[in-house]
Amino acid sequence: MRKQTKNFFADKDIQLILGTLLRVGVIASISVVLLGGFIYLYSNYDGTINYGKFNPDKSGLSSVAAIFHGLAHFDGSAIIQFGVLLLIFTPVARVIFSVFSFLIERDYLYVLIGLFVLCIILYSLSDKLVG
Amino acid sequence: MSVLLFTVIVLIGAFLAGLVGSLTGLGGGVIIIPLLTLGLGVDIHYAIGASIISVIATSSGSAAAYVKEGITNIRIGMFLEIATTISAILGAVITVYINPGYIAVIFGLILLFSAAMMVRKKVDHSDNNTSGKLAVFFKLNGTYPTENGVKKYAVHNVVGGFLMMFVAGVISGLLGIGSGALKVIAMDNIMRIPFKVSTTTSNFMMGVTAAASAIVYLHRGQIDPGIAMPVTVGVLLGATIGSKILVKTKTDKLKIVFAIVVAFLAFQMIYNGLSGRL
Repeated sequence: MRKQTKNFFADKDIQLILGTLLRVGVIASISVVLLGGFIYLYSNYDGTINYGKFNPDKSGLSSVAAIFHGLAHFDGSAIIQFGVLLLIFTPVARVIFSVFSFLIERDYLYVLIGLFVLCIILYSLSDKLVG
Repeated sequence: MSVLLFTVIVLIGAFLAGLVGSLTGLGGGVIIIPLLTLGLGVDIHYAIGASIISVIATSSGSAAAYVKEGITNIRIGMFLEIATTISAILGAVITVYINPGYIAVIFGLILLFSAAMMVRKKVDHSDNNTSGKLAVFFKLNGTYPTENGVKKYAVHNVVGGFLMMFVAGVISGLLGIGSGALKVIAMDNIMRIPFKVSTTTSNFMMGVTAAASAIVYLHRGQIDPGIAMPVTVGVLLGATIGSKILVKTKTDKLKIVFAIVVAFLAFQMIYNGLSGRL
């Protein structure tokens, strides 16, 4: 029983840090998206858009490498995509953090489960899946 | 349509989607996809990509508030994420091989189901009776704070819940939505987890699930910065304001109104999907 109470509080500490981590991730990514948005609108506002037909090569920003390449040129679209990447990696960072916290708690079963979930997500990073 | 006008319309639409989505607990995707496809003529593959980003934004944004209250069961979340991440990737991979019309029809059916789930009276099935061996082995049983002190709960039918989560993940990856309604079935009805825990845990899981399929979408070029930008900003603003109002207002009537709107959108999606217009 005592061990359970202890775990409950340890869990609470971890959850506090997790909450902060998520918040920081969301604020950081939304700031980057906004910055990119202003640059994008400033340079494209009078252009026209057409999203009527799906074209995989349209944005040219469909890989991490391409996004970083665009960042170097201070391209608005690339900055937005970078913010989106940050947003995608916020919950992933949450999984990484949970693995560490389970390690501290010596809950090795959940270290394994966490690592497994992480591997699945990392596997999706390989572009073989796109088809 | 000019870039500026498109951005402004999507921004306002996404703001409303985030606001109503967080007030009713239905999430933003159910509005974003019909708005983009039916309203603005955007290809459904782009709409799905934008929607999945909005799911991550609202999930992470509101999970940050929830976890501080200390009722999310991280073990249940992590355990079920094995099912949802694998199936979400699977869904995201197969989505391009399916006729867009069929996707619209599946989306419409899920919308109808979600609307029905939203207005249905919820019954708490949770108890602290002996749970199965699996729940004990995976340490899923937990506690949560109530007014009368800390309350224990037991998790039931782990295999059934896991399988239902797999279905929820496929739908999430296929359509770019959080599929919260299906997750509620898995957690409340099958595993019999108390509401307070299931709601926050399911929201918490949504971000990870969506991240897995979002990466596949990104590689495929389904996430376009011109759409992703107003959607992310609008949904996040709306959801943040929504969660602030939520504490003070009763949402019963709003839920019924919203269910009717969602049902209407659902029929529109099904009709347009069947007639090959999407």
